[in-house]
Amino acid sequence: MIYLRLFLEFLEIGAVSFGGGYGMISLIREVVLENGWLTEEELLDFIAVAESTPGPIAVNIATFIGSSQGGILGSAAATFGVVLPAFVIILLIAAVLKNVHKYRPVQGFIEGIKPAVVALITGTTIVMGLSAFLGFDCVGDAIAVNVKAIALFAVLVVLSTVFKKVTGKNISPIAMIVFSGVIGVIFMG
Amino acid sequence: MKSKLTLFLTFLKIGAFTFGGGYAMIALIRGEFVDKKKWIGNDEFTEMIAIAESTPGPMAINSATYIGYKIAGFFGALLATLAVSMPAFTFIFIISLFYEKFKAIAWVSRAFAGIQVCVVYLILSAGVRMLGELRKNAFNIALLAIVLVLFVAFSVFDISFSSVFFILICGVLGLVYYGTDLIKKGGRG
Repeated sequence: MIYLRLFLEFLEIGAVSFGGGYGMISLIREVVLENGWLTEEELLDFIAVAESTPGPIAVNIATFIGSSQGGILGSAAATFGVVLPAFVIILLIAAVLKNVHKYRPVQGFIEGIKPAVVALITGTTIVMGLSAFLGFDCVGDAIAVNVKAIALFAVLVVLSTVFKKVTGKNISPIAMIVFSGVIGVIFMG
Repeated sequence: MKSKLTLFLTFLKIGAFTFGGGYAMIALIRGEFVDKKKWIGNDEFTEMIAIAESTPGPMAINSATYIGYKIAGFFGALLATLAVSMPAFTFIFIISLFYEKFKAIAWVSRAFAGIQVCVVYLILSAGVRMLGELRKNAFNIALLAIVLVLFVAFSVFDISFSSVFFILICGVLGLVYYGTDLIKKGGRG
């Protein structure tokens, strides 16, 4: 049953994702690709939509995938799943286990997770980059260099670095998405 | 007056107008509940962030549940969490109904080809930022390198291994490492 499956997959994502929005991306990517819910490209499209609309990224993505697989009930099942662990854990801490996050073993566990989350998000970028820029997903694939995508990526890196140097601030992600969209309309095809 | 209606409406507003996920939302929540309404003290807010950072799930859900509970108990937690998720759920559900048709338009599809490149960049920069914040001790660097290499290798050789295992194994290693660290120092805590 699709509703139960959506609920359980997103429950797992909600229960083990530390490190905020982008920390969840590697887990979400695995789940949606393994279930065939989205292609790699659709996932990238959708992260852009989530970034350009208000609200927590995890809720955005759960709602979208839920809707594409099971309409409004699917959306509700996935969103309920991704929210439930955080809700229950925080309630427990606020009401019962007031200082649980100060216990040494709990802190050790959290400290151990931090480098793993950084590695997973970096690894996910490498794997996504190989796929988007070289058409390479796994050993045996022929390599098809996407020159336009690589060029745009280089432009984005330079642009954001210069912007940061000049203004001292980070360029807004939405501005970069709009810019990339315009470049896409003109040059990609 | 700490009414449940105000709690609900305030979190609804926060959910509807925060772009860019967790940390942007934290600033807004602080503005509303600490500075303006003074329902939550500064210390308690800092405490809440520490809890939100060491528990899984979206930051927005963590903080809505916590503040909702502090202000109006279980029912308050439920209302706040519902309110903060509802706008994203509604917007995204509507977008999901039109996504396929929208994507079928030729120029939109070209725009997304550019945007996909941008998203790879955004995820990379999130990873770089998290790497910058990570404490650079031998333990963290070793875990990061091992997880990164294994993650990319598994993906390239098409070996199925859930990231959940990486997260849990690293959590246990952290618990053991920082546990023994404590014994060596004859510690307290």
